[in-house]
Amino acid sequence: MRYLPLTDAERRQMLQMIGAPSVEALFRDVPEEARLSGPLDLPKAMGELEVERALAAMAAKNTPAGSVPFFCGAGAYRHHVPAAVDHLIQRGEFLTSYTPYQPEVSQGTLQALFEFQTQVALITGMEVANASMYDGATATAEAVMMANRLTRRGKAILSGGLHPHYREITATHGRFVGFETVLAPAAPEGGEDLMGLVDANTSCVVVQNPDFFGHVRDYGALAEACHRAGALLVVAVTEPVSLGIITPPGEMGADIVAAEGQGIGVGLNFGGPYVGLFATREKFVRQMPGRVAGETVDADGRRGWVLTLSTREQHIRREKATSNICTNSGLCALAFTIHMALLGEAGFTRLAELNHARAVQLADRLATVPGATVLNETFFNEFTVRLAKPAAPIVERLAKKRVLAGVPVSRFYPKAKDLLLVAATETTTEDDIEIFATKLTEALR
Amino acid sequence: MSEWSQAVSGFRASGAAAETISGNRGLQIEENLLFEKDYGGRSGVDLPEPPKVRERIGAVRRKGRIGLPGVSEPQVVRHFTRLSQKNYSIDTGLYPLGSCTMKHNPRLNEKLARLPGFADIHPLQPVSTVQGALELIDRLAWWLKALTGMPAVAMSPAAGAHGELCGIMTIRAAIEARGERRQKILVPDSAHGTNPATAAACGYAVEAIPADPRGRVDLAALEAKLAPDVAAIMLTNPNTCGLFEPDILRIAEAVHRVGAFFYCDGANFNAIVGRVRPADLGIDAMHINLHKTFSTPHGGGGPGAGPVVLSEALAPFAPVPWVVHGKKGFELVEKDKKSLGRLKGFHGQMGMFVRALAYIMSHGADGLWQVSGDAVLNANYLLARLRGELTPAFEGPCMHEVLFDDRFLKDTGVQTLDFAKALIDEGYHPMTMYFPLVVHGALLVEPTETESKDSLDRFADVVLALARRAKAGDAEHFKGAPRLTPRRRLDETAAARKPVLRWRPEGSEKAEAAE
Repeated sequence: MRYLPLTDAERRQMLQMIGAPSVEALFRDVPEEARLSGPLDLPKAMGELEVERALAAMAAKNTPAGSVPFFCGAGAYRHHVPAAVDHLIQRGEFLTSYTPYQPEVSQGTLQALFEFQTQVALITGMEVANASMYDGATATAEAVMMANRLTRRGKAILSGGLHPHYREITATHGRFVGFETVLAPAAPEGGEDLMGLVDANTSCVVVQNPDFFGHVRDYGALAEACHRAGALLVVAVTEPVSLGIITPPGEMGADIVAAEGQGIGVGLNFGGPYVGLFATREKFVRQMPGRVAGETVDADGRRGWVLTLSTREQHIRREKATSNICTNSGLCALAFTIHMALLGEAGFTRLAELNHARAVQLADRLATVPGATVLNETFFNEFTVRLAKPAAPIVERLAKKRVLAGVPVSRFYPKAKDLLLVAATETTTEDDIEIFATKLTEALR
Repeated sequence: MSEWSQAVSGFRASGAAAETISGNRGLQIEENLLFEKDYGGRSGVDLPEPPKVRERIGAVRRKGRIGLPGVSEPQVVRHFTRLSQKNYSIDTGLYPLGSCTMKHNPRLNEKLARLPGFADIHPLQPVSTVQGALELIDRLAWWLKALTGMPAVAMSPAAGAHGELCGIMTIRAAIEARGERRQKILVPDSAHGTNPATAAACGYAVEAIPADPRGRVDLAALEAKLAPDVAAIMLTNPNTCGLFEPDILRIAEAVHRVGAFFYCDGANFNAIVGRVRPADLGIDAMHINLHKTFSTPHGGGGPGAGPVVLSEALAPFAPVPWVVHGKKGFELVEKDKKSLGRLKGFHGQMGMFVRALAYIMSHGADGLWQVSGDAVLNANYLLARLRGELTPAFEGPCMHEVLFDDRFLKDTGVQTLDFAKALIDEGYHPMTMYFPLVVHGALLVEPTETESKDSLDRFADVVLALARRAKAGDAEHFKGAPRLTPRRRLDETAAARKPVLRWRPEGSEKAEAAE
């Protein structure tokens, strides 16, 4: 077996040194009746070539986004990731290292996390950020639990414009952790009275920008109203690229930002692994979940980095921890950091402008398709289209014609049969848009 | 002043690093923060001019500069390459972190996870266009069920602690479905911190079970605590002392007798994979850290994946989504009445699934039998090599990791932390320290099966020599370690007292200190 260095001769030598007759003898504490007498009757070891052949055959049954005109979004966005990103994250010193608990041998990871935290704070307009969560959805649930701790209240109002998965996950946590979640009805055309749902036990209102249906919102007034009611405003962001041109949640008055970082550096990966971004105000930092890197000095007085504020965390605090999270999304956070470093201020802004421009072109073209109506006044790189026929079968039909036409809203809200979410990014070409519009016209005819 | 900061100030005067003009030391190159590079308006990405369109983002156009530095690709590549060189890694050397299973990460798995058919597919594409992805998830699930003997598996949890959350929520859902409410979860003293944190996060009171003098669960103490208000026990097996619980079948029976469930923390599955099926031990639920046993890279702290295998009684309550065989091929179930709901966006850690399946298929049943055998053999070999100078915490053979306490450092003036830091100068990552909490000054060593005998011998020689050096009275050597790293001991107390968690431009006003 190519990954196992011991030879049989060495195994015998080692057993002799140990003073055991066999490897099996070392398993003596396992009850006899629970011990297998030999390998299970399952497939045997395979060489690289055979494994590659088997998995490549599975991969070949999928339609990669890059092989067709592609318009899916709804919380996961296809962007071009510069080659340097994947090269750098595959350096063994990043890829095969552990959580940086031993700072003297982990300064590389720690400094990168400190840079990640700074980037996240800057683009969200917040004061501080942690070293990542699993994804945007779980980060949102954690944000609500943090708001509950900060306000000592137990009810979260979840906007109808919040991604349905984020809503479901927060509600699951609510049921088991013991807090109430109020789900405002989904509002594809926008407009909802969230403050009407706020009461004296409300810890936070959770909204999304741009929202699930693509609308871009100014939450400044909502933030003020929340604060007057003693509640916090949590803003979720599912497309980090939008922050290149849209006023960040921090400037609108958000108290906690929970975002999906996948759009920068990570890739689609069929939904995971992704990277949750989590940012807040400095005064709330001791209630923040997750790891965080901080600056300090070493024994010679030189600047260095450590994981800090660990008295919030499970390995120190155990049942009193702010969260049970341990392993987070380190390498995806690194990919995010590198991609963001490559983009820089100018590149990040331009990328956002390019995404928006492509989406405007797409919206303008789809508006000319008979039987398709764009619902959005405002949007960033994704919007909702009402179709004259049910969206899911149309998407299936277009998939057969090698166009991935977007995400039917009925996948989340079965009754919203006629709504289709479509996204465009910098990877979308004018040809893609034309092919989509043409095929959609045929399908709606 | 803490013990730690005394240790630091004690040697600050004594050993400054060799001075160079640049501050660099040979291959160790100093590297400032990205944000300290000049802005310059550069970008490492060339993007086309956006087409002229009528903007439709509304009245929320971002104003003013974000504050991101602008650098070219060569600068970025050099920056992160230099950072990488300040890290220890499995690729660099033996990584003896107990309970973390730092084994070799095969590069085939990286290659396969990057096939466009896996890496470049969207989670919400029509199911008809991702049949291969669903097949892969189904195939990995099949292996995980076969290796554990369990009938079901929830694939979506993102890491071990997330798997625990999934398992305990599933247990609570099953108990509630019986019309019962139970208040307590029993957790041994030696458990990972995530166990009590998870139980508390699911609304349970945590009650500790003491260890007996052999480092195992005290069966009598456990039985005394088992009552109808106990929902579950959370037990790591092999436990964090590196020992198998010999009474496991009796523990399972006692737990089931009061109607409670047996949750197993599968962090140490590497010790028994392919040789012992958790189902045969009476376990009801167990998470599997794919980033431990099945070698998906730790990545400096994730991403991981923590699928949870479930018994027949728990399976109906598993979180959505799951893959089923339908009429038109594989289908995804995303809503279900009995299910506890959703725990993770989309369908779980697909990228990790590809790597784990490639790992499992590479080994096969015969290779996995050898994996656990060699993992246990390597740990026992280190125990045999080191026991002359170090003090094993418990008698008898260990499983895949070996636990020492700090009796061998008694009266040397050297603490466990100092001993571990001295290993760094010798080119090794320290072992896990001060965990588990059940022995004094714990040193937990897990070599894994991917270390050669030669590698183990060199490590043992260094550890033995260090132990002798400590006993010879050279405490100063240990207190000052490490000396050869990019940074020496870091002041963690100061970092926590006045947290600086991000870069700010010089002279900018800092926000008020944390409450």
